[in-house]
Amino acid sequence: MIHDVAVRDQSRQGKRAPGSRRRRPGRRFSRRDILIVAAMLAIPVLGDIAFIWGPALVSVALSLFQWNGVGGLHARGCVPGGLFPDNGCFTGWQNYHQAATNYPPFWPAVQHNLIWLGVFVAFATPLGMFFAVLIDSGLKGSRVYQTVLFLPVMLSLALIGIIWEFFYSPNYGLINVVTGHNTNANLIDWLGDPSINLWSVLIEASWRQAGYVMVLYLAGLKAVDPTLREAARIDGASAWQTFWHVTFPSMMPMNVVVAVITVIESLRAFDLVYITNKGTNGLELLSALITSNIVGETSRPGFGSALGVVLLVISLVPISAFLYQMFARRQPR
Amino acid sequence: MTRHRAWRTAAYAFMIVACLAWLVPVLFALYVSFRPNAETSQYGYVSLPHHLTFQNYVSAWDQSDMLRFFGNSVLITIPAVIVTLLLASMVAFVVTRVNIKVNLALLLLFTAGNLLPQQVIITPLYRLYLLIPLPGFLSASGYLFDSYTGLIVINVAFQTGFCVFVLSNYMRTIPGEMYEAAEVDGAGLWGRYWRLTLPLCRPALAALATLLTTWIYNDFFWAITLISTGGKRPVTSALANLQGQFVSNQNLIAAAAMIVAVPTLVVYLLLQRQFIAGLTLGSTKG
Repeated sequence: MIHDVAVRDQSRQGKRAPGSRRRRPGRRFSRRDILIVAAMLAIPVLGDIAFIWGPALVSVALSLFQWNGVGGLHARGCVPGGLFPDNGCFTGWQNYHQAATNYPPFWPAVQHNLIWLGVFVAFATPLGMFFAVLIDSGLKGSRVYQTVLFLPVMLSLALIGIIWEFFYSPNYGLINVVTGHNTNANLIDWLGDPSINLWSVLIEASWRQAGYVMVLYLAGLKAVDPTLREAARIDGASAWQTFWHVTFPSMMPMNVVVAVITVIESLRAFDLVYITNKGTNGLELLSALITSNIVGETSRPGFGSALGVVLLVISLVPISAFLYQMFARRQPR
Repeated sequence: MTRHRAWRTAAYAFMIVACLAWLVPVLFALYVSFRPNAETSQYGYVSLPHHLTFQNYVSAWDQSDMLRFFGNSVLITIPAVIVTLLLASMVAFVVTRVNIKVNLALLLLFTAGNLLPQQVIITPLYRLYLLIPLPGFLSASGYLFDSYTGLIVINVAFQTGFCVFVLSNYMRTIPGEMYEAAEVDGAGLWGRYWRLTLPLCRPALAALATLLTTWIYNDFFWAITLISTGGKRPVTSALANLQGQFVSNQNLIAAAAMIVAVPTLVVYLLLQRQFIAGLTLGSTKG
């Protein structure tokens, strides 16, 4: 059969006009094939453009307008003064300027997003990797550990937020009762006190993130050639040296995936703070500010879009890194 | 070798402590859900039980219209999973098996779209949903906004990217000879997709179906922003409202949370392998 294909391909190529540089075998499409390809691509591509990339680009345009969501947009500059603020007009960088200088939750939100990222990078992700390495080292009962540590990954973040409220509850919660902080004189309000609630929520988030990273690294570790580690050990490398100089570098694609997930998840963080207190009072995050500009009483699509663009620009960094690793290095087919 | 043994012991101790710490929050909420509110308001959650009861579950189910919320989740999740897999497999097939110039661009478009934080696009998307009219049988509100259809559409659009990425990696591993043989046997492009590629991708499709079902069931953000009628929300996002409704009886919230967790726990116990396969397929076969 293979022979048949080769013969047919040669005959096809023979018919092609001299000088044609196409040498791919048997890949000319009939009109019918072209229609089928178009039909297969049309809906998903249009959907992706209409509902994902279109809005992403429109948010850049919207962010330059002063708009309360009522009435249309006009291609004219905003007129300052007047009884009501001018509406639907082009305001340039004003929304960004206002976010940075005249919107109190903005800088706390940026700071909290950075702390979130820092905790994921310095604590949750390494912890997950450590779990994976221990489980992969062949401890007895590794299947049980894996199953237990993986549990939070299955649960929705909204549910996780609710479950932990019992743990953190000021008067009745496990943590305060066990540490003796459950009398009204010395209550610790883990989720209410703005000086600590971010850290309490970050424990919840890390509880999930570590399990997620663990599963990814378990798959990564399985793909590492065991003879590499064997060789390192024979050469007298310690367990730490073997991991750091042999195992870790040979998991390169997985390291990039985990790095991207770590950054993206800390930019996406939303559900936990929203279920806890709608992202206020110590739990401000960029994602929550954007959302409260939509579902809250004050609808300001232009301003909300400006916040969205800030998040977009930041997230393009890890996204580009991921795409580069996954596609640019791979030979195009 | 004693150093090795000491290390092993420390590793076991660490894993056991970690596992216990991991279980405590869940088991604690579970414990609260089985205790009457009258008892815990007197003795606190951390106390020995006088009564353990299913009454909280019964009350939470009855008082919250839970059946309707589960129904909403089913109406949204099942179509969304099927449509996502269908569309994503078609794109992945074209990208891996048909030589057109835009293949890499398509793959980038879909993969990158899936990595955007949802909040980046929500503001214009919200306006868009208020602009697009739908016929009455698809949406009671008359618009994409506040309709099941709208929620299905955004879940499909958002998850397709990830599935295209995973499935295209998977399809790349199918040997080209199989396609040549099918072509010789007279299979057209559609036949090579529908009768050859899809059956071969069954393991990947099963893994992705498990993953998508869990993710879409667990979705919170799209539902609270794009559905404004409380009664139309799927069960995960309805929890936020229940929290307000049951504010004086936290034990009911614990029970409601456990009820909502049941479908994911079923997946966890029965299909964990599929779920993990779905998570890791995309990243190991790159």
